[in-house]
Amino acid sequence: MLKINKLHKSYPIGDSSLHVLKGIDLSVESGEMVAIMGSSGSGKSTLLNIIGMLDEADEGEYVLDNVPIKNLTEKKAAIYRNKFLGFIFQSFNLINYKNALDNVALPLYYQGLKRKERIEKGLFHLEKVGLRDWADHLPNELSGGQKQRVAIARALAANPKLLLADEPTGALDTKTSHEIMEFIQSLNDEGKTILMVTHEEDIANMCKRIVRLKDGVIMEDTFVEQVRASQYV
Amino acid sequence: MFDRDLWREIFQSINMNRTRSLLSGFTVAFAILLFAILFGVANGLQNTFAEAFVDDASNSIFIRAGRTTKASNGLQAGRRIQFKNKDYDYIKEEFGDKVQYITSRLYRNVNASFRNEKNSYTVRACHPDHQYLENTKVTYGRFLNQSDMENKTKVVVIGRLVEEDLFIKTTPVGKYINLSGIQYKVVGVFEDDGGDNEERLIYMPLTTAQQVYGNNDYVDQINLTYNPNLKFDQALDFSNLITEKLKDRFSVASSDQRAIRVRNLANEAQAINQMTTGLGIIILVIGFGTLIAGVVGISNIMIFIVKERTKEIGIRKALGASPKSIVSIILIESILITLIAGFVGLFIGMGVVELAGPSLEKYFIKDAGVSTSTIIGATFTLIVAGGIAGYLPAKKASRIKPIVALRDD
Repeated sequence: MLKINKLHKSYPIGDSSLHVLKGIDLSVESGEMVAIMGSSGSGKSTLLNIIGMLDEADEGEYVLDNVPIKNLTEKKAAIYRNKFLGFIFQSFNLINYKNALDNVALPLYYQGLKRKERIEKGLFHLEKVGLRDWADHLPNELSGGQKQRVAIARALAANPKLLLADEPTGALDTKTSHEIMEFIQSLNDEGKTILMVTHEEDIANMCKRIVRLKDGVIMEDTFVEQVRASQYV
Repeated sequence: MFDRDLWREIFQSINMNRTRSLLSGFTVAFAILLFAILFGVANGLQNTFAEAFVDDASNSIFIRAGRTTKASNGLQAGRRIQFKNKDYDYIKEEFGDKVQYITSRLYRNVNASFRNEKNSYTVRACHPDHQYLENTKVTYGRFLNQSDMENKTKVVVIGRLVEEDLFIKTTPVGKYINLSGIQYKVVGVFEDDGGDNEERLIYMPLTTAQQVYGNNDYVDQINLTYNPNLKFDQALDFSNLITEKLKDRFSVASSDQRAIRVRNLANEAQAINQMTTGLGIIILVIGFGTLIAGVVGISNIMIFIVKERTKEIGIRKALGASPKSIVSIILIESILITLIAGFVGLFIGMGVVELAGPSLEKYFIKDAGVSTSTIIGATFTLIVAGGIAGYLPAKKASRIKPIVALRDD
């Protein structure tokens, strides 16, 4: 599904440069649910951004679903992002002047679907996250958990191969966090591959595999017994 | 570009920030408003100038005689110069094909009556060529012809207003009109764009008038048009040559400005052409200057909008928006604001010109207005202007990196 080989990335800071990723090797199979952990500055977000094609590595190979991701033009990157990836952000990143349905349907717009089809699919995914009745509401009329669920519906709308979540519960309270995690687990149960960055142990333990990063290298890569979020809800 | 969803996106964005869109459009609206008013006024001025010339062919030369102011060849100053038929013949023969049409003129004031209607008018006796010199339009009947000249027939062609005054219940052609005691047959009625005074004239064959009023061959004035193929400089040379030859013929000192007066319309037409061209250029410069100010204003605000929407653009890119779709949103929004604002300005401007138009006529501004071709030109200019205004911001937007935009502050 996803194969990364000797990935390097550094950022220029003034005259010198900061070496953030120092040779990452990672391979994720279809249907996995992986947590990437590490303290701040460990490079976990940078890794996620490179996997999400929001950023490009300086060195190394990255193959996603048998497609080598290299030297992408902006246009090509846009198409790949739209086709392969769904993003879930810590701060939701909904477009605040569009209602829930329009937000969910936006990736479908960039896929070139007709409006009728977009509405149909958008409503289907809102239904899935349990917010069909909230389709007409603007993001600022929704609670944090609801916003994240709309964001998840949006990430699912284009039917991506890989879901990338950057601290999906970082802005939520414990109870809502568990609700969101329960939903993400159910998506994984249906077969979606999920990659998530988090710094919370209990959230990480709800995944099936934990990759720990420190100073730009992988310290530990273990499969764990998944803790079901449903027991807390 | 004509994708309905794209328009939905753009209207949503404009609607989201109504004040901002309104303000950014204001400068452009104002620029176009100013332009429309200036343009309308300039048009009016041009119309006034043009009208001053419709009366006469623009290649006309008028030759008049007066009294000498200087002694010359042993003759005293104060001598009166009188043109005669032979002077007309002289010019016609001397200058040959440089002359297109030529006529003499003789003026007399008459009291005209038809049945019970009476009024006084000026008779202008002339050659048949006169019709072409004065842009006279014959509405009924005919103009004077060569046979009238040869037979000295007592016929007249009357102006539209003479007809209105005297022939109240009947048509004039074929009727006899009494001019200071002598009966003349009306053979035609004419119109002239030169104004009411021109349409209060009565035309009569020159030979008839010379026989009736004094039985001599005197002529008050000789008018001619030169060959239209002559260039401006050649036309001036031609009128100078006429002046010289006539001064010589009447033994007038070459520095005498009063005895022989030759007026060449080419001179005046040229001056006025230059003036209206100059005026047009000034208005274009002012109009474009304000338009550029408007474009800079819109561009500025669009850059601000892009900055404000950086995060949103980042989200869109993360969701798969191509750079092209981002560019078109910004570009079309810019063009739309410019176009709408421009049209608002244009129509307000046209309205102002339309309303103020009639009261401007006393300032020599006639039929002030903006033509359709100007509107089409303005539309095109506005689209281009909007495109220019949106280009930089759109470029900036397309370069936004989603990773930078999405970074949590």
